[in-house]
Amino acid sequence: MLKVTGLSKVFGGLKAVDDASLSVSEGSIVALIGPNGAGKTTLFSCIAGFQKINAGKVEFQGEDITGLPVHTIARRGMVRTFQVTQPFARLTVHENIAVGAYQQFPRRDEAWEHARRIGKQLGMEALLDQSAAGLTVAGRKRLELARTLATGPRLLLLDEVMAGLNPSEIIEIVEMVRAIRASGVTVLLIEHVMQAVMSLSEYIYVLSYGKIIAEGQPREVVSDKAVIEAYLGRGAAEQIAQSHEQEGAHA
Amino acid sequence: MSARSWLLHGGLLLIALVFPLVFSSNFAINFGVMALFYAFIGQSWNIAGGFAGQLSFGHVVFFGAGAYASTILQMRFGFNPWLGLPASALAGAVVGFVIAFLSFRAGLKGSYFALITLAFAEVLRIIANSVEITGGGLGMLIPAKPSAANFQFPERIGFYYLILALTAGSIVIALWLKRSRFGAQLAAIRENEDAARALGVNVFREKVKVLMLSGAIGGIGGCFFAQYFLYIDPLVVFGIDKSVEMLLVSMIGGAGTVYGPLIGAVLLAAVGDFTRVLTDVQGLSLVLYGALLLVIIAFLPNGLIDLFKHFGKRGPKPLSKESE
Repeated sequence: MLKVTGLSKVFGGLKAVDDASLSVSEGSIVALIGPNGAGKTTLFSCIAGFQKINAGKVEFQGEDITGLPVHTIARRGMVRTFQVTQPFARLTVHENIAVGAYQQFPRRDEAWEHARRIGKQLGMEALLDQSAAGLTVAGRKRLELARTLATGPRLLLLDEVMAGLNPSEIIEIVEMVRAIRASGVTVLLIEHVMQAVMSLSEYIYVLSYGKIIAEGQPREVVSDKAVIEAYLGRGAAEQIAQSHEQEGAHA
Repeated sequence: MSARSWLLHGGLLLIALVFPLVFSSNFAINFGVMALFYAFIGQSWNIAGGFAGQLSFGHVVFFGAGAYASTILQMRFGFNPWLGLPASALAGAVVGFVIAFLSFRAGLKGSYFALITLAFAEVLRIIANSVEITGGGLGMLIPAKPSAANFQFPERIGFYYLILALTAGSIVIALWLKRSRFGAQLAAIRENEDAARALGVNVFREKVKVLMLSGAIGGIGGCFFAQYFLYIDPLVVFGIDKSVEMLLVSMIGGAGTVYGPLIGAVLLAAVGDFTRVLTDVQGLSLVLYGALLLVIIAFLPNGLIDLFKHFGKRGPKPLSKESE
């Protein structure tokens, strides 16, 4: 469904994304993880067309979409959320979601009805008439999700929709993401909440200093030496291995 | 729309229709014409600035383009002045397209866009001042030949009903914007362009469209002005005063609301006439506008329309939630 090949993005002298390749197959949930500042959000922005890329190619549903404008990519069915939530602050929650719904339904009554349905699906029914500016962090994250979902996407790019939420809110969002996938939408997500990443995703890419340093099933990836070192520093993998051996020896 | 809002729109229209029959003095009708005229050109600003968030300091550029387009067609090419209405709308829309295309292509936003509109208005003023076809700095005088077929109503009341129809039309457009996909996309652009883009809104195209719509309305305003006063010159129809008045009536009344420009315009016209009746001091009305603006910004940052909303809230709640 999504295939990124050799994507690079340079800011001045800094290679924010360096020859990154990844692919997401239809109907899956794929995660992109990595330490802070690894370039995950930049990679997302490049894929969704927000940033011009210096090298590489992005293919979506078999077509080359490199360099297309953001709104064209969105209309083809690949829609992103923002890590720093971007609500239409002076509009109500219902109006916010309706902007997304209008992309599918040009008629007002249909768009509003669809927006109501999506709001209900994401548990925001009681908030529909509230101004978006008054939402809590959890509410804003949900609104990001609702707005993008209302456009009727094929592939959702979720940028840290769980950051800043408490454990019970995380469990709710995890369930929502599962339900979204079950409805036929493919999901690529950036996430720091490892509990969510491990339970949701089928495949993981790890980005560090702009490079994909590991990929694979969740279990393989978390025991990967390069990944542990990227998060915990050089030599960390050996120390952990040693301590595991010592524990083994004591036992 | 709910029964309640039909009642509101219908009631307002009825009041506007009978106003010149009840208050039939020239003074009163002139007051009505000016109030509606400012409401009309204020709506032009409001559609771009209030609904779509594209604030402009030079909205007079559309007004002037419309005034000159219609007057040149009439005076230089002998067209019937009524043709000036569609011609001025077209002229305003074309100027809107050019300004929008150039500045939005270049990514100008916020205060930069506001300044570029001011620059365009000044450039057109200087052009109108220097070329022959516009009559240069002397302007153009439309000879008085009173007859409705000639767009010069023998009775002022004719102008009143014309500008009432135009203003009602502009309010219908504003109502449509509140309830349409186009309007929803404009609101999204006003609030957050990146987020709108991410949801699939073609931000560039919608902004060009709204500036063309706003320009067409402004252009028609210019045509009306030329026929009402029978005289235009570069300073009057491209001067900054009109730009300020267009944004002032919207801001005072409530930018981004359907009735904001009308409320602001009635107040503006009232203050203007009131000071002229009471004193001969030139420019006193401007001082009063300034003071009013300060008071409103301090206490009603969303405009006078908030007063009506507070008042409305005390009344019985509508049964349907869809009424807005």
